[in-house]
Amino acid sequence: MAVRDLLSECLASLLARPARAILTVIGTVVGVAALVATLGLSKTAGNQIVGRFDELAATDIVVTPKTGTTGRAQRTDALPWDAEQRARRLNGVVSAGTLTDVDLKGQLVRAVPVNDPQGQTQFQMPVKAASPGLFEAVRASLHSGRVPDTGHSDRADRVVVLGPNAAEQLHVTRVDNQPAIYIGDRLYVVAGILSGVERQPSLLGAVIMPEGTAQQDFGLQSPGSVQVETRVGAASVIANQLPVALSPADPTALKVVAPPEPRRVRQGVQSDLDSLFLLLGGVSLLVGAIGIANVTLVSVLERVGEIGLRRSLGAARRHIAGQFLVESTTLGLVGGILGAALGTLVVVGVAASRTWTPVLEGWVPIGAPLVGAVVGLLAGVYPSVRAAALEPVEALRASL
Amino acid sequence: MIQAPAEDVDATDGLVTRPVVELAGVSRVFGADAPVHALRGVDLTILPGEWLAIVGPSGSGKSTLLNILGLLDRQTSGTYRFDGVDVAELDDLKRAAVRGRRIGFIFQSFHLLPHRSVAENVMLAELYVGAPRRGRRERAMAALDRVGMTDRAEFLPTRLSGGQQQRAAIARALMGEPRLLLCDEPTGNLDSQNADSVLDLFEGLSHDSLTLAMITHDDHVASRAQRRVRIIDGVLNEVHTEPAASDERP
Repeated sequence: MAVRDLLSECLASLLARPARAILTVIGTVVGVAALVATLGLSKTAGNQIVGRFDELAATDIVVTPKTGTTGRAQRTDALPWDAEQRARRLNGVVSAGTLTDVDLKGQLVRAVPVNDPQGQTQFQMPVKAASPGLFEAVRASLHSGRVPDTGHSDRADRVVVLGPNAAEQLHVTRVDNQPAIYIGDRLYVVAGILSGVERQPSLLGAVIMPEGTAQQDFGLQSPGSVQVETRVGAASVIANQLPVALSPADPTALKVVAPPEPRRVRQGVQSDLDSLFLLLGGVSLLVGAIGIANVTLVSVLERVGEIGLRRSLGAARRHIAGQFLVESTTLGLVGGILGAALGTLVVVGVAASRTWTPVLEGWVPIGAPLVGAVVGLLAGVYPSVRAAALEPVEALRASL
Repeated sequence: MIQAPAEDVDATDGLVTRPVVELAGVSRVFGADAPVHALRGVDLTILPGEWLAIVGPSGSGKSTLLNILGLLDRQTSGTYRFDGVDVAELDDLKRAAVRGRRIGFIFQSFHLLPHRSVAENVMLAELYVGAPRRGRRERAMAALDRVGMTDRAEFLPTRLSGGQQQRAAIARALMGEPRLLLCDEPTGNLDSQNADSVLDLFEGLSHDSLTLAMITHDDHVASRAQRRVRIIDGVLNEVHTEPAASDERP
């Protein structure tokens, strides 16, 4: 029997009952669509989550001296004063700056005295020393004024920048009237007020002064930490290079906190989503297969007379089995094609509604119809065997 | 292809002409515990160009005989030579091929696929016999022409009368020039007018030296055939044609 004859016979049989063919296919359509949509959506969503990680965490490195190493005296001067310049020389570093807690030795911070017997005017407040590049490295945004530059640090100018919470506490709301605050007995001019930072949230409630000023006024020994922002994807390389660049004499004295490998983040997120979604898709496919098997079996039982006729026209058992197998496979294939199209639309639609980029592996829309065809093929095995097993004499007794 | 006219066959008695069907001692038993003997030692020879009627009441075994003749069933004992070949030695695949190429079936209920046009139904006959697709429609139209149905080729069977449906089924059976046409109560579902026209058609085909075997329970229908055998309780006997006997009927 020619392949074209077989195919056209199957097509004619399916088209003879179009409504039934459509209803039969729905199960597979839903199953394959669920599979394609879940694969596509998990990929799309996975990319999205990774994208958020990339934004901040994946480019964030903090270097601090190791503390409490066993059998060795704690080194507090492991970081050099020019750590910012050293870090910036590395290829892949976007910005860098040092950040150090300043020990006030019990001194309090207060705003320019306003005699208010009720209100509290002196605060215990964190004071930090920052190199000029730090503000960029923590992605600080300014509410008003400016941040200190290298000049301020070199001259040890008594200027400070206030975090938004610190500014509120000290009732400093603007800088154009040159407000000043006292730290202990020394007067510092407020040069700027931050409105927010994306890293090191402790800065929000802190008074930040230039490093040089802190050195002179509070006897700062060495930077307490280095904050580095890298280019996307450079973090792991930079994390390896930084200890050597910052402390060539003893790289091991430094502790580097770097983001995990971005690729591993991606895999972790996706395998969780994938396994859940694939399970759902698999279950719907199973339901679709049962649907095809059911309808094909009903079709065999309905077409007993036709099977008898075909046997009388010279069809062998395998011709009969072949016809029902091809019919169920065709149903599965059509369901797979429709499902792949529907699933792709769902992925695009959901991505569009969330303004994500739809991501779909290339093999998914090609493989999905094949999955549908295999489902149809498997579903057709039992009905086909039943059809082929019919005795022609018995089959011919049934009417068409 | 042997195409000896019936008269020559009588004269030479099968020496020149190979019989289409040779049954020798064919029996068919159904069931093992309480066996039913549907056929008992049937001997039957059908020569090319013969039009044979097999008559008998229902349950007499004539359907069983037809199924064996059409290779749809296997005899329990005895030999069946179709066109000189012992078909008991053929496997299912070869039997299906013989059925498709050399035997045409005509059924009481026509067995036309309801969703296919008349022409498509006729073309079904070539599906399993390895005939080329090319020219299939032309051959189907030629077959329809033989039964006078070319003007209904594109109709669905459900829109035809019973007689027209049976003509379409005959056209399908004629595709591929079968050696033997097996008819199972071909007029059973037809009124007398349509039945007569179908029998007229058989007569014409018989004159064209086609071999026909027709089972019927209707003596009037059987009387149109050139030769009659009667089967009762699985035993087959020749009915010797007496012209007066058939002419007595109205």
